[in-house]
Amino acid sequence: MTALLERYAAITGGDVVDKLRRLARPLRGMRVVHVNSTRAGGGVAEILHKLLPLLNELDIPTDWEIIEGDAEYYQCTKSFHNGLQGETVTIPDALLRHFEETNRRNAERLSDTLRDADVVFIHDPQPAPLLRMLPRRRGTWVWRCHIDVRRPYRPVWNYLRQWVADYDASIFSLSDFAQPLPHPQYLIPPSIDPLSEKNIDLEAGEIDAVYGRFGIDRARPMILQVSRYDRFKDPVGVIQAYRIAKRFVPGLQLVLAGGGADDDPEGEAVLREVHAAADGDDDVHVLLLPSDAHRVINALQRAADIVLQKSTREGFGLTVTEAMWKGKPVIGGNTGGIRLQVMNHHTGFLVSTPEGAALRIRYLLHNRERREHMGALAREFVRDNFLLTRHVGEYLTLMLLLKNGQDNRVLLR
Amino acid sequence: MNNGPTIQPFRIHDCSLAAIATGRRAQNLRELRDHIRDVNADSLYYHFWGSRLRPKFDEPVYNNDFASWAHHALRDEIVAERLSVVDPRDHRTLEGLRQELLDIVDFRLDEQEMVPWSKTDEQFSFIRSQIVVFDTGVSVRTPRELIAAIPGLSTSSVFYHFIDARRRTSDGRDDFTVWLEAQQGDFAALVDGLAEVDHYFVTLSSLRDRITEVATRWTGVEVTS
Repeated sequence: MTALLERYAAITGGDVVDKLRRLARPLRGMRVVHVNSTRAGGGVAEILHKLLPLLNELDIPTDWEIIEGDAEYYQCTKSFHNGLQGETVTIPDALLRHFEETNRRNAERLSDTLRDADVVFIHDPQPAPLLRMLPRRRGTWVWRCHIDVRRPYRPVWNYLRQWVADYDASIFSLSDFAQPLPHPQYLIPPSIDPLSEKNIDLEAGEIDAVYGRFGIDRARPMILQVSRYDRFKDPVGVIQAYRIAKRFVPGLQLVLAGGGADDDPEGEAVLREVHAAADGDDDVHVLLLPSDAHRVINALQRAADIVLQKSTREGFGLTVTEAMWKGKPVIGGNTGGIRLQVMNHHTGFLVSTPEGAALRIRYLLHNRERREHMGALAREFVRDNFLLTRHVGEYLTLMLLLKNGQDNRVLLR
Repeated sequence: MNNGPTIQPFRIHDCSLAAIATGRRAQNLRELRDHIRDVNADSLYYHFWGSRLRPKFDEPVYNNDFASWAHHALRDEIVAERLSVVDPRDHRTLEGLRQELLDIVDFRLDEQEMVPWSKTDEQFSFIRSQIVVFDTGVSVRTPRELIAAIPGLSTSSVFYHFIDARRRTSDGRDDFTVWLEAQQGDFAALVDGLAEVDHYFVTLSSLRDRITEVATRWTGVEVTS
């Protein structure tokens, strides 16, 4: 076993890693390519940064390509994102033509790599048209949707559906997100990497350092939300919850820690809204962190008493998984992938309003034992279900099934 | 008791399950009935057995996803309780199982003036599964070797040999039992012990512990007798 696999085995158990090696054996040498829209910022890029080394370690040569676009292209794809999550959006035809033309240029640029690949994973809507623009491809193409598309704005979905219908398969995080499509829709929740800088254990000194660095008083309770500045993450709702809870816990401090993603043009506007809502409150710390501030986020999550993810739409919510892995109970929006992780009253609480979040903040801050018990349950739940090894195993299983036809039962020889 | 070497070794297998959305969703009991009637039988397999390999937090309260949904989403305790006692071992095929489910749901629909509904975002999503099975390369030749191997099995291997097996064997038995009964010697007490393990109400890791307990107890009896 290689050193990397041994490190995973130390966390998950040797049987888990041994299973990955056996699943990977029939796939050795297959060329796999992942395509998404950014190498930095957001959950998809984080997953790919960790998924690829492990697949390569298992002797499956895997590359990662980025689709290149300009501000107009990202404006269009951000509208797709908002529309898929249910917002009513209007996208001018000219923007759609620009989106298609950008994909056409990228198809030409990436044609050699993509045409020769055995399996191509296309992540989210941004690069979805690549398939139709490369008619002489030889491999199997899979569309991976990370977005909460439970109730999409139909005109947006109808437009995108034309680009994804021809794929050989698609992957959604939850069954609730699946849409009528003429191919199999596999269900694979995302994961976190326990060996990444974001999730490894830290020395106490490194955790302590974030208090001083950001002016947080370690003697007083601190609640945290880590996420991009995106309206669906409801950072303003978190500030409202903090204000209500602070009436009962006067020493309460709130940290909102986030950064932008290369493919998100709305971040600055939302950040302005957040600053306006914070209204100069010294106990509200609004942090704009660079996309590689993984250890800082790790330390903040470990320093927090409670972690929130009060999203109103959420494909999965890796920050929820990260916090749970650090033994923190999570107060999460009752939506999307958060429901798969936050088991109400067991690993945290699901809430629908700022008032609900405030109630749970007060409850947890006044019940230290309960908080610690929930945190311990949360960590074990992540260990069993949401670590990278499980995720890689499901990708390998999917590739084996695609390679072996549509039999319900495949016996590896 | 003869506990010597056996002719056919027990080859330990493992599996990995892929869940696939069928696109079918039910928001009320009547829709559930219609989809149970029409859905591919593989989906019934998933909702009784396969979902055990998917992320689940707690020990299951109900032995199948239909009963669980009736309780949590429809809040119809009567149909939840009736669905919860469906024992798939009573049916040689999934079609028989389908018919029993339909009978229970139809009976409940006939009893009520109103059809129970769930919230929009608590609909029942029908899922089917595909499974990849592989030989782990480990085999055991005697019952004692098998007993020694059980605590080290992965949870998916326990699923394959103890739960999935019930669909593969003609009389709905697990792989351990089938193999033990083919051995020379008297393993009746061990087989009876395994038959008493109710695999529906425990997590897979707890199931592995319970099988280990039964096997260890049998080993103790054997040693002292």
